[in-house]
Amino acid sequence: MDRHETHFEDVEEGDAAPEWKVEDLNRTMFVRYAGASGDFNPMHHDDAIAQKVGYPSVFGHGMFTAGTLSHYLTDWLGVGNLRKYAVRFRTQIFPGDTLTYGATVTRKFKEGDESRIDCELSVVNQKGDVVVAGTCTAALPTRG
Amino acid sequence: MVDKSIVGTVMGTTVFPIERGKIREFATAILDDNPHYQEEAAPIIPPTFSMTQAFWPRKTDGPPPNLGLNYARVLHGEQEFEYLAPIRAGDTITGTTRVTDVYEKEGKRGGTMAFVVIETDWRNQDDQAVLVTRQVLLETSKPATEGS
Repeated sequence: MDRHETHFEDVEEGDAAPEWKVEDLNRTMFVRYAGASGDFNPMHHDDAIAQKVGYPSVFGHGMFTAGTLSHYLTDWLGVGNLRKYAVRFRTQIFPGDTLTYGATVTRKFKEGDESRIDCELSVVNQKGDVVVAGTCTAALPTRG
Repeated sequence: MVDKSIVGTVMGTTVFPIERGKIREFATAILDDNPHYQEEAAPIIPPTFSMTQAFWPRKTDGPPPNLGLNYARVLHGEQEFEYLAPIRAGDTITGTTRVTDVYEKEGKRGGTMAFVVIETDWRNQDDQAVLVTRQVLLETSKPATEGS
């Protein structure tokens, strides 16, 4: 998504971040993530092995989804502003899937000298299944 | 099921030099073309970058202790990060990993699931606490068919 300079004053509890979609996932994305992360579990790049244990094809790393979700958050809230980030893995992602990323502000508060928000997070596939659910806390700049 | 006495087990220590080129490669892999990662001399790491350390061999410690888990039935169920201070290219962070909790729950589709929480406390070259990562592993009573 486009990068924003979100300030504390710009968001209210209940607000949703602009949605972001990644369309038509492909094997190259999974292989690039394998190389960058070092996670060469063959279920993520070798169709023959994935099919042997009953999957239709390779599937993406859970941390690919969690990593792209964190990218969505830094585009919206800024690099270096996350204070907590937690994800739960619900189901796999496959080549051809389209993922929709979303975040909703659940709380605005002060913590020490920081102006913080809590958010609920989700990544949903084209069938409406939640792939990853999560929460985050971020410290935002103020206009004061 | 999982032996609760594994709580407190120290899994090892990892020394992790933070390299600019690796940050750029990782940012590209999470589809992020933010100029911060490409152009800054000492970029802050992406939020999940520390996961790459899991695949570095811990040669100084030898292999981690055996937790008695059946890895054919183990899934990565959850992952958490607490960011205490920025980590930038050029830093060296050292993580100590421990088993901090073990608990069981009834699965939605029958069978008991065991949860093992593995926590790593990361400190930088100035001995400042910078990051806590928490991984929740699930051991299912049947072979793994979901999760990552």
